[in-house]
Amino acid sequence: MTEVNLAQAINSALDRALEDPRVVLLGEDIGQTGGVFRVTDGLMEKYGAERVIDTPVAESGIVGAAFGMAIAGLLPIVEMQFMGFSYPAYDQIISHVARIRHRSRHRFTAPMVIRIPYGAGIGASEHHSESTEAIYAHIPGLKVVVCSTPDNAYGLLSAALEDPDPVIFLEPIRLYRAARGALPEDGDPTPIGSARLERKGSDLSLISYGAMMRETTAAADRLEAEGVSVEVIDLQSLVPIDADCLVASARKTGRVVVIHEAPSTGGFGGEVAARIQEQALFYLRAPVLRVTGWDVVVPLRQAEHHYLPSVERILSAAYTVLED
Amino acid sequence: MLQQLACQIMSGLLQILSPDGRTVNGTQPQVSTVIRRYEAMIESRLYDRKASALQRQGRLATYASYAGQEACQIGAVAPLSRRDWLVASYRDAAAMRFFGYPWKNLLLTRIGDERGGCPPEGVNALPPSITVGGHMIHAVGIAWAEILQGGDAVALTMFGDGATSEGDFHEAMNFAGVYRTPTIFFCQNNGWAISMPRSRQTASPTIAQKAEAYGFGGVMVDGNDVLAVEAAVSEAVGRARSGQGPTLIEAITYRMNAHTTTDDPRRYRDNQEVEEWQKRDPLERVRLWLVDQGAWDEARQAEAERKATERIEAAVQEAEAIPPFTATEIFDAMYATPTGALLDQRRRAQVERP
Repeated sequence: MTEVNLAQAINSALDRALEDPRVVLLGEDIGQTGGVFRVTDGLMEKYGAERVIDTPVAESGIVGAAFGMAIAGLLPIVEMQFMGFSYPAYDQIISHVARIRHRSRHRFTAPMVIRIPYGAGIGASEHHSESTEAIYAHIPGLKVVVCSTPDNAYGLLSAALEDPDPVIFLEPIRLYRAARGALPEDGDPTPIGSARLERKGSDLSLISYGAMMRETTAAADRLEAEGVSVEVIDLQSLVPIDADCLVASARKTGRVVVIHEAPSTGGFGGEVAARIQEQALFYLRAPVLRVTGWDVVVPLRQAEHHYLPSVERILSAAYTVLED
Repeated sequence: MLQQLACQIMSGLLQILSPDGRTVNGTQPQVSTVIRRYEAMIESRLYDRKASALQRQGRLATYASYAGQEACQIGAVAPLSRRDWLVASYRDAAAMRFFGYPWKNLLLTRIGDERGGCPPEGVNALPPSITVGGHMIHAVGIAWAEILQGGDAVALTMFGDGATSEGDFHEAMNFAGVYRTPTIFFCQNNGWAISMPRSRQTASPTIAQKAEAYGFGGVMVDGNDVLAVEAAVSEAVGRARSGQGPTLIEAITYRMNAHTTTDDPRRYRDNQEVEEWQKRDPLERVRLWLVDQGAWDEARQAEAERKATERIEAAVQEAEAIPPFTATEIFDAMYATPTGALLDQRRRAQVERP
């Protein structure tokens, strides 16, 4: 069993994807340099510059061109260099990519994958640490998935490529090298729309996704050492959401904390909490709490540790719900 | 012939048929072709009138008239083959119809029914773009995919002078230039972007010259001369198909009516300007030429109008016979397979009355 990191897992999935002649990769600096995070390393050499395309610096143009390619029968995989750089493409994504199936009643579709590295914690420059997944999850017509391990990165990317609809594929920057593990043995896709039960427990549910899985599992380890039985859920898929998994867990434990690094207001944690109260209110023994980034612009390097939810903040929320 | 045309194009505004119905530079168009173009323009104008009338009767939502731009609409599409692609916008109904997109569907988009966006199989035209300028890059992506898949189809995108102010115009032109995609950028410079004149859109003397900065050719053509438009687009299509990359065509024309049925042009432009352009009507010069050739008379005019009216009326009946979506049908085309949330909401939409 070979151990790889998250970036290598995505590279492997892209490598396999390119065996399909319909697949093309587009992005800034993805060819010659293999991407700013080296996720596409070696792919241009292997598949040629016509299919692993170094584009001009123009996010809207990249997504718009990919949209046209998808309409004409190719299967584009687009890389946005950072989430904070994806906003120029937001109009193409919301006005065209997400709605062509609807506005043409299935006549035209734009299956494509838009890969977006996201999140803070590596001391990057301004605009390089955004976690604005909620603005993508809010748009009908898109699917939004977030990987957290080499296994689900490979599996979710494979599933995204098989999906007949556009998929936003979020990659936690600070786990690119830190998350290590094996690739799926059979190479099977991870179904979009299913959460991953990281561990089973009966006293408390911790629900998170992406980069915050690291702090969430660390908090769960601490709680278990103190004798608390913790269930940890990795959402993996924000749209569609695995509501059954969340509701079943909430009904079982009666205590839920949702964790993400994005700001609180309008964040995806609100959606999770709403789903749970709609279908499990009378099983709850405490309010659903959210541990999130603050409603501030992500601070720069020297202060970003004040922003990102820590293991301690998760523990504090856990103790609060356990007391009730 | 093409060489000769190219010289004329490069030397300035290409014109084949003058407003008084005479051919310039000794060109001798084929009468049967001109009749087909003229009949299409007649039908286009009648549709435009009909749609405007339907809107006033409350049977259509907002409508964007293209009256005055029929030469652009027909001439731009005439050189395209079935395998080519048309990526047009909300003021291009006549171009889309001439490319094979049925009037019925175009009416539905204005009645307010997404089924208008679903043309028959084999019609490679995207539903009309409603946002300004975002669609031009799609014609680049489509054309690029053609190269990568070894095809020789081209993609033509239609937009107005206002759209050239959008950043999207720059990105589309830039990508097309860098990758030499077989894309034809067809700009209908109709003088006005809602209430803003062309002079306030760009300080550039022409729009056509912008192509030069992207590494390919730009040409200006009399947009009220269907033969000139067709010649310019033919040449651009030929270049694109033979691997010589994109072309920008600026067709000088005029929007005779309001931007849409929601605005009053008297608030921003002088009626004298409109009257001046009436003298350059794109249909009249073709009619004059055909009459001069002995190929057209009042009887043929009446017959062409009658046939066109019949087709338009039939399309109106067909479109209006389609019942509006039910509360559940609006959920049916968000994804290939509806998500759990959508299934749940669709159930609720059936029982929770608005």
